[in-house]
Amino acid sequence: MTDTTTDQPPRLDDSGSRATRAGDSIFSGLASAAGLTILLALAGVALFLVIEGAPAFTASGESAYGKDNIVVYVWPLLYGTLLAAVLAMVIVTPLAVGLALVISHYAPRRVGTYLGYLIDLLAAVPSVVYGLWGRVVLAPALLPLYLWLSDNLGWIPFFDGGESGPTHGRTIFTAGIVLAVMALPIVTAICREVFIQTPRIHEEAALALGATKWEMIRMTVFPYARSGVISAVLLGLGRALGETMAVAMVLSGAGIITIDLIGTQNPSTIAANIALNFGNASGSKINTLIFSGLVLFVVSFAVNFVGRWIASRGEVKG
Amino acid sequence: MTELLEPEAPVRRPIPLQAPQLPRWAPPVALFLSLAAAGLVGLLLGWGPAGIAVVAWVLFLVGFTGWAQAIEGRRKAVDRMFATLIWSTFVIAMVPLVSVTWEVVSKGHGIIGADFFANDMRGVLGETNIVTGEPGGIKHALVGTLMITLTATAMAVPVGVMAAIYLVEYGKRTRFARTITFLVDVMTGIPSIVAGLFAFSLLTLIFGAAYRSGFGGSVALAVIMVPIVVRATEEMLKLVPDELREASYALGVPKWRTIVKVVLPTAFGGIATGVTLAVARVAGETAPLLIIAGSTTVANWNVFEGRMMTLPVFIYSSVTTGGKYAAEQEARAWGAALVLVVIVMSLNLLARLLGKIFSPKTGR
Repeated sequence: MTDTTTDQPPRLDDSGSRATRAGDSIFSGLASAAGLTILLALAGVALFLVIEGAPAFTASGESAYGKDNIVVYVWPLLYGTLLAAVLAMVIVTPLAVGLALVISHYAPRRVGTYLGYLIDLLAAVPSVVYGLWGRVVLAPALLPLYLWLSDNLGWIPFFDGGESGPTHGRTIFTAGIVLAVMALPIVTAICREVFIQTPRIHEEAALALGATKWEMIRMTVFPYARSGVISAVLLGLGRALGETMAVAMVLSGAGIITIDLIGTQNPSTIAANIALNFGNASGSKINTLIFSGLVLFVVSFAVNFVGRWIASRGEVKG
Repeated sequence: MTELLEPEAPVRRPIPLQAPQLPRWAPPVALFLSLAAAGLVGLLLGWGPAGIAVVAWVLFLVGFTGWAQAIEGRRKAVDRMFATLIWSTFVIAMVPLVSVTWEVVSKGHGIIGADFFANDMRGVLGETNIVTGEPGGIKHALVGTLMITLTATAMAVPVGVMAAIYLVEYGKRTRFARTITFLVDVMTGIPSIVAGLFAFSLLTLIFGAAYRSGFGGSVALAVIMVPIVVRATEEMLKLVPDELREASYALGVPKWRTIVKVVLPTAFGGIATGVTLAVARVAGETAPLLIIAGSTTVANWNVFEGRMMTLPVFIYSSVTTGGKYAAEQEARAWGAALVLVVIVMSLNLLARLLGKIFSPKTGR
């Protein structure tokens, strides 16, 4: 502290100091305010859904669409939502893993890159277009398959087809396929990312020990990518749960519970049910629909949360 | 020594250095054979093309694996079987994706023309307007999509970018920042229809039960956009090297000017890409707009008043209304779908282009 320069005060915060500090505090204030806005927005989403949905707790009769109480009304819809989404994931998981392997390991590198671009582009096609396609093109095309299934495999409860057999293609099975097509690009993209990140040295070690390509993939890529694939599927499931328009356009739903996937009567989903009925709803029926939206929010939040948790756990481990 | 080795020599057989392998032409030949066999049987029994394809696939899988098993052994056979299965997933996955593209283009391009973009649907029954005789079009839907998306962008981008700046530059590892990161994750998973219900609950609580406007749609879309923008911006800001910031601080530049003049320009390409992708995502959203923006047949430029039609809702309502003019409505829906897909795809390509043009030149 014997330094002679202490005579002169350090000129770090000189004439510009006030303006600088003001600018800094304004800017950081703005940034924090933006963060706060996000917090408020999400709190708002939860709050307003609860405010508007709460009256539905006591709904019955007319306001619960002729059902005894709200649980009886929402439960079949929740069942349909889960059924369609799980069906989609059963279809999409092997396809996405295979497709991601083609892009990351089987196709020549340059082709693989372009395939990756293509898949990313397809993820951008709006859901309403998939819905249009599913309703006008896919559903009629699948009816022969459903007739064949109910004739030949009708003893499996999934393919019962009801008393008179399938009469149209707009079943929960079709909805599941459309959801699978929509989820495919997203799930594939995440799987590809984790497959690519397998350490090259592991793969080469396996090959050097004489493993075939498949053995190499099974021994090095899959163990490394397991948590990534699981979280990809869960994120895809979250998407499929909340998907509205494709299901609303494809599915001809009634609020029933059945495990028959190709029958004339199908369970509907929460999101599709809201979209189809909201326009005509008024008064307490709106509360009922908003309550079902709240249920959907909670379920998809839980699925997404688990997916991200698994993904972050995998990150730490990798 | 030579005496000992001499008698052994004739007994020793040359050990083959290569295991027997299927020739390179084996896969195509096997594929051709199984297709031919399935086609022959299928034509005789009168199956459709789908049935033939499935049988041919099973024949190929079993036959080719068996062939490999006989010549190359079990491990190679398993390898070839899984290679077949994995390439099959590729073919299966391409079928719907190609079909969607093909149907949209082939069914949609016919109706596209100047009239389709210049007219709205007021007074249109069937194919043409009952008064003027002009064909119906999607002008009102284009206007609605444009206005609602722009308004949503104007709300979401400042909030998203500033929040990301807070997360990266100011609130590193504070509890508040961690909470926001978590909430952004939650917001990514909000189903779009729930965002619509939120906008509906909020605005009807303020303006009364009958309130419908494009602005409500913008609020819902902004809720969907914000997390995408935050994520993209955050990733980009993290990529900006700390050396740049430190160099700027060392020159005595205050923090906020460093962010505005150094950090943001460096990350601009990535942020622009993220914003464009977010716009592309919400431009195709239907569900929230169906709930709060309603639908109409005339162009409405005012976001704050009156119902607004958008392209996705137009497609939806054209197809689901049915009735006497279902065929004409469906044709217009395909046309609108083509327009929507082209818009969304162009935005995506633009996003890639922006990312390329403005990518930070760090010299590494």
